[in-house]
Amino acid sequence: MSKPSELVQGTLDMLLLKILALEPLNGWAISLRLKQISGDVLGVSVGSLYPALHKLEQMGWIRGEWRSSGNNRRARYYSLTRLGHRQLEKEAAEWNRLSDAISAIVNLREA
Amino acid sequence: MRAVDRLHPWRLRLRSLFRRDQFGQEIDDELREHLEAQIAENVEAGMPGVQARAEAMRAMGGITQIKEQCVEAHGVHAMEELGEDLRYGFRQLRRNPGFSALAILCLILGIGANACVFSWLEGVLFRPYPMVTHQERLVAVAGTSRGESGATEISWPDFEALRQSCTQCEDVFVSKITSSTLNIGARAERTVGSIVSANYFDAIGVRPALGRGFESSEDVGSNAHPVVVISDQLWRRRFHADPNIIGKVQRLNNVPHTIIGVAPEGFYGTFVGWAMQFWVPVSMEETFESGGYKLEDRGARWIEAYARLKPGVTRAQAQEQIAAIATRLERDYPATNRGRGLRLWPLWQTPFNNAGTLLPTLEIMIVVVAFVLLIACANVANLLLVRSVGRRQEMTVRLALGASRARLLKQLLTEGLILSAIGAGGGLAVAYFCRHALALLLPARGGVTMYLPGEIDWRVMVLNAGLCLLVTLLVGLVPAFETRDLQIAGALRSESPSVVGTRRKAWMRSGMVVLQVCLSFILLVGAALLFQSLRKIRSTSPGFSTTSVVQTSVSLVAAGYDVPRARDFQDNLMDRVRTMPGVEAAAFARVTPLGYGSYSSTPVAVDGYEVPLEDQPTVEYNQVSPDYFATLGIGLLYGREFTRNDNENAPMVAIVNRTMARRYWRGEDPVGRRLKVNGHWAVVVGVAADSKYESMREDPRPFFYVPLRQDFARAPALYLRTTQPVQAAADALLEQVHALDANVGLYEVITLQEQVNRATSPQLVAVTLVSLLGGLAVILAGIGLYGVISYSVAQSRRELGLRMALGADGARLLRMVIGRGLRLTAGGILVGAAVGFVLTRLLGNLLFSVSPHDPVAFGAALGIMTIITVAACLAPAWRATRVDPTQVLRS
Repeated sequence: MSKPSELVQGTLDMLLLKILALEPLNGWAISLRLKQISGDVLGVSVGSLYPALHKLEQMGWIRGEWRSSGNNRRARYYSLTRLGHRQLEKEAAEWNRLSDAISAIVNLREA
Repeated sequence: MRAVDRLHPWRLRLRSLFRRDQFGQEIDDELREHLEAQIAENVEAGMPGVQARAEAMRAMGGITQIKEQCVEAHGVHAMEELGEDLRYGFRQLRRNPGFSALAILCLILGIGANACVFSWLEGVLFRPYPMVTHQERLVAVAGTSRGESGATEISWPDFEALRQSCTQCEDVFVSKITSSTLNIGARAERTVGSIVSANYFDAIGVRPALGRGFESSEDVGSNAHPVVVISDQLWRRRFHADPNIIGKVQRLNNVPHTIIGVAPEGFYGTFVGWAMQFWVPVSMEETFESGGYKLEDRGARWIEAYARLKPGVTRAQAQEQIAAIATRLERDYPATNRGRGLRLWPLWQTPFNNAGTLLPTLEIMIVVVAFVLLIACANVANLLLVRSVGRRQEMTVRLALGASRARLLKQLLTEGLILSAIGAGGGLAVAYFCRHALALLLPARGGVTMYLPGEIDWRVMVLNAGLCLLVTLLVGLVPAFETRDLQIAGALRSESPSVVGTRRKAWMRSGMVVLQVCLSFILLVGAALLFQSLRKIRSTSPGFSTTSVVQTSVSLVAAGYDVPRARDFQDNLMDRVRTMPGVEAAAFARVTPLGYGSYSSTPVAVDGYEVPLEDQPTVEYNQVSPDYFATLGIGLLYGREFTRNDNENAPMVAIVNRTMARRYWRGEDPVGRRLKVNGHWAVVVGVAADSKYESMREDPRPFFYVPLRQDFARAPALYLRTTQPVQAAADALLEQVHALDANVGLYEVITLQEQVNRATSPQLVAVTLVSLLGGLAVILAGIGLYGVISYSVAQSRRELGLRMALGADGARLLRMVIGRGLRLTAGGILVGAAVGFVLTRLLGNLLFSVSPHDPVAFGAALGIMTIITVAACLAPAWRATRVDPTQVLRS
């Protein structure tokens, strides 16, 4: 399992924020959701998922708390904070700007 | 919510740092949850149990590594490193207790001296009035008189005009120091208080703890509102904190006053120098001031005032408006206001309290303590340098084991920080203990000790913390500089000081010593100059006898006398005093030379030289009784003294001083000529010698005297020329006063020498402080010198042994080592003399008839520095002579 590249690392943060913006989830559920969404394209390992989550928590964008996860088990659930919402908006806007620019270039070349 | 969001990361970081185990446990739990979920999924997909677990663990990767990364995500390492450095630093300090104690002591003294002076600056100059709100917008208001540089008081009508017209000022209020005899039961004591305008407590934002402040109606009338607000100290000390004090009656200057309020604890009024004990409204002015009812007299200047500027208004803007008001007053009331202006002063230059007198001294102190701090830092840096030689090996090993140089630098700075933080803490403690020291240097007056507390508030704390960081950099970077070229390969071999390395380190250490000697030499020169100046100022003749003349004051205002009764009393007292044993002469005068009160002044004109009123020069004068000149020993050059016949019914007369005679009559004998005083002609009957009037430092200036009877005052100073010691004279005098009226009290009885000493006490303060700190600086420099010479002797044992073996005797070695010290000192002194030559000009107006380049002062400093050098080198030099050549050469 190689570490995701720099670009992917950056997008990972945004993806995590986006996933958690929909509903609070625990680490396992997040990894399933990532796999679901991106298939093997992004290939996020456990080794990069958890440090990324803790980094986001340290930034104050998400908050983790222990909750019951059914069948008598407890798991750490992460939810988006107000700061996190703002950060997601910023990153999404940035992403859109970037991807618009890139697709414009790509389309230009095709024309 | 938002604040919580922002705080959250810090809470996490602290938790991860201090509740390490729980934090790690949580990450473990979280990762295990993930693992269990993966296993469950694998099992569901049909794997057997063992395989499911193995597969899950493989997919997950190194749990310890993931955990470590999670921990790192919380930024724990940086803080942990700091913790490690701190622990290590403390261990280093404990390992060398002698070194640590010396370094910390140096820093405590250096930082403490600074913190102390900061607290004085804050408590005396910048925020001198505890509990008074918005002191940054407070300014002092004083009058000016054309042709004179000093400040004058203001009249009440002018003050009222100012209060009404100044739109740039939020408030203008009066606070005029006064004193009173306070009788409670059998005990009588003098206390100081303020005469204030009725808006006083509202204007300064202080609410009385009990009762009320003044109402605006209490500004009006003659002795109309005998009400008083007393201080918290007075309330506790003399009234046993009586909760029902409001409404009770207390006699002040023999007039019953109703106590209407008690000021809050910690409020000391608005006068730098004394803690005020009571406040009375201006309508009670006659009871406390001599000169009668003055609230409607524009010519009677007696008020000291403050203004609070509106937010955003600068002093220059307000000054512009106030100058315009003064010009208008001058136009509308030329008879009283001609040549008079109004001026705003920042609080630290307040002309009518001790802020103005202490300002030059405290300014110098800033430079002085900065020097002391630099010297202390140089000492500590030197100590650290010596130690860093011992730590070369350690540093090299750490570099070899992979520590980065930045990491080593951080370690060294942390050690510096520990030292300077302890120094700063100790320094604050020093400042706390010394905050009242300023008052100790100034004599008590009228039996009331001065109150000049330093203030240790957050500004002083911040400055102190800033100093602490500065010191950290200064002392931490020097050894860091030392380690910058550590070579792993070279130094890992056994540590033997290479010749080149030793020489460079020696160069650096010597540089420090040169700096120290240079700075302390400058301080010594400063102290010597100030000392010279004080000696000169105190040995200069004030123009009157200072020995065998005692001075006091008999306030008939305080005893409630009207003018006719006061005249009789003064005559009767004079008759009695003359018969007292040992008394050769006695006299009254309204104002004491070199005292706090201010002289009357008037535009003057002389016969045959009449000019329009606007162009008339203003001259100050004093009201004196018969025998004044004989009593004070001021020579009469021509003519006669005043006599009892020069009374209110006789033609007006005056005696001018020599300078005035010269300037106005061009050297001709002015006796018999006329002088216009306040619009009335007076005949000059005599010429007196020049003397000092307001300050020992003034140049001869025109001055004249009028008979007390022709310009009466009910609270004059009383002088006795007596052969008796001061205490005996005081007792005898009190007896005579009480024989006339037991209700009349005497002020403090002092000799005129004491009066001169008090007038020059700011100079004494400057000398004492600069000498103390100069002494401290020299001792610190001595320690530094001792350290360097000791170290160099220890390093050159081999050389010394060799010299001995070659036949050098002890005396020669002694000379050699001491010579080495003297050479270092000489370098410092040369630089110090050059810098000092320029810097001593800063002492400017603290010096009295002493040139800032006075060779005696420079010589004295040179002498002291040389003695200190020799003293510091003696012990190491003696050790050098004890080197055993056989042992050294064998080793």
